[in-house]
Amino acid sequence: MPKTVYVNVEYLTRVEGHGNIVVNVTDGNIEKCNLEIVEAPRLFEGMLRGRSIFEAQHITSRICGICSCGHTLASLQAAEDAIGFKQSAQTEKLRKLLLYQEILDSHILHIYLLAAPDLLGVKSFVPLINSHNDVVRRALRMKKECNNMCEIIAGRHVHPISTTVGGFTKLPKESELDRMRQIMERMQEDMEATVELLTTLTFPSFERDTEYVAIVNDENEYPFLEGDVGSTDGVRFDKHEYKNYINEFVVPHSTAKHTKLSRDSYMVGALARYNLNHEKLNSEAKKAALKLKLEPGTKNPYLNTVAQAVESVYCIEESIKIIDELKETGVKHDEKITVGLNENKNIPVKAGRGIGAVEVPRGILFHDYEIDAEGRIINANCMIPTNQNLNNIERDMRKLVPEILEKTEEEITLFLEMLVRAYDPCISCSTHFLNVKFVK
Amino acid sequence: MKPKVAFFDFACCEGCQLQVANFGEELLDILEVVDVVNFREVMSENGEDYDIAIIEGSITNQHAVERIKKIREKAKIVIAYGACACTGGINAMKNNFEMPEIMHYVYKDDAKYFDTIPTKAVDQVVKVDYYVHGCPVYPKEFVDVLKCVLQGVEYKVPEKSVCTECKLNENECMFDKGLTCMGPITKAGCNSWCINNGNICFGCRGFVENPAKNAAIEVLKDHGLNPELIIKKINMYNTVLDEKLKKKGEE
Repeated sequence: MPKTVYVNVEYLTRVEGHGNIVVNVTDGNIEKCNLEIVEAPRLFEGMLRGRSIFEAQHITSRICGICSCGHTLASLQAAEDAIGFKQSAQTEKLRKLLLYQEILDSHILHIYLLAAPDLLGVKSFVPLINSHNDVVRRALRMKKECNNMCEIIAGRHVHPISTTVGGFTKLPKESELDRMRQIMERMQEDMEATVELLTTLTFPSFERDTEYVAIVNDENEYPFLEGDVGSTDGVRFDKHEYKNYINEFVVPHSTAKHTKLSRDSYMVGALARYNLNHEKLNSEAKKAALKLKLEPGTKNPYLNTVAQAVESVYCIEESIKIIDELKETGVKHDEKITVGLNENKNIPVKAGRGIGAVEVPRGILFHDYEIDAEGRIINANCMIPTNQNLNNIERDMRKLVPEILEKTEEEITLFLEMLVRAYDPCISCSTHFLNVKFVK
Repeated sequence: MKPKVAFFDFACCEGCQLQVANFGEELLDILEVVDVVNFREVMSENGEDYDIAIIEGSITNQHAVERIKKIREKAKIVIAYGACACTGGINAMKNNFEMPEIMHYVYKDDAKYFDTIPTKAVDQVVKVDYYVHGCPVYPKEFVDVLKCVLQGVEYKVPEKSVCTECKLNENECMFDKGLTCMGPITKAGCNSWCINNGNICFGCRGFVENPAKNAAIEVLKDHGLNPELIIKKINMYNTVLDEKLKKKGEE
């Protein structure tokens, strides 16, 4: 039965940033099936030029409020890579702990406040305050606790204060380590309930074969901060080579820049990481995956939300391990450093180029700085996870629409909105880089 | 009846909105006294009838100019929420570049597809009734402002410098450590958040009303600091305020 469908979602809600979904189907033919990005350009790469690498993380964390710690860590990695600075073992642990907390915080926000309302048939968490009060309270409590953790580690979550090139401007006290452990123990219970809740929810069934890309390494740890870039198509390369492998291109029907690697499109994020590195999850996370029936090699993008839950379990357990290690060795407070703009020249600087590649909540994030001998940025480039996913989202939309054409326009709209939300897109992030797509 | 509150975001990172979600269960207490009808980041409800508009982000294109004017017409109270809305924030750094040049640097030949204007604070386009400064906003101050709004009284942003709060917190002065700090010329109200955590003040709340900017630059130069980097540091958050000061000076 030929069918005509028009979907035009202006300012998609419950995502970070501004995007529109536009689908036109006339007599069963898809004429248009796009995710338009309508965020105002913010020009971060341009503004970074002439700035000291010692203030780069302060600026780039402001690219995004949800993943400000992730941007900070990618920025610090790029800056330290450029000047050849090696972080201490303690700094590495604390940075990892911060990243785990941000991933947890972001995943909880997405699972409960952004994704769950669709699965429970409501428009937001607000109606759930009455119908599922304990669930809403748990979500807000978990989010708050992640914030409390970030506050101890880095001053605050949005935007971290104490993370600088060279290390941390403050370090946790013994009593704060104890407090963090207590928080994580409480979080274990709430996380168990979260996994339980997810087992009761039904996600749309849809599959599309694609390439998954994430950080990989040869260590025995699910990687977020260190390693090469790998894909499920068997590609593996050093992060410094990212521009040689990842192609940015302009699609003929629009002016939007997309990315691809081995094939038409690829996906980054929790599901990509899970598909590539699931064997390295800790036993608690593996148990959760089993309970949630998340198979390695999953091709259903809606299940990205489930992969986020598995990663959340992982992050809680690994955070406890790090806290225990710090308690065991004691925090070395003489490592505390306040760099400012490196006025005191405590950190040697040289001209060069540095790349940061960090797994942030939505996938692999690259920061790339070229600096002069005084540590001023000459050129900057940031490659954002959402940007890398856009091409994949649109290809999912084009496969999905014909499969659900028999549904009502409202249902089709909901399925498309849920698909885009499943990727947890962060549009503010992606737009200082992305081109707006103009549909005539 | 509870006043209807709507959140609207313009060019920003949405981190200040997120500060609301970060209230935790206290958010439910806030929701008992106000009715949130529009909050796109976490809600699909799209209420167009509101009393209080909370504006996050700066105005960076013509579309935004029109949109904020419409919001002003509908709202009884407009709150500029966060540095981007209050002072242009970090977005205003771009005003220090030639617009076509920076657009071409980021977007190359596709720059022509973008509608963009120099970054403006919200009060450069419409009247603002309340300000919540900071990048991000300091949650306690937001609650204080909200209380004033609900009681219909004025909220006065502190006109003293961050140093006054920093001294009370007994932090070691960054200048004594040989580092530059924006504290002396930046509005208080954050309880010296960054210095308490061992870092310098970056000036995110904007200049105090009468900043001794030239004197500040001289002091910094006296410490043998690179003037170019210092000026950059000052204009990280103050480009729009600096433009306003210059305009005032000319008048």
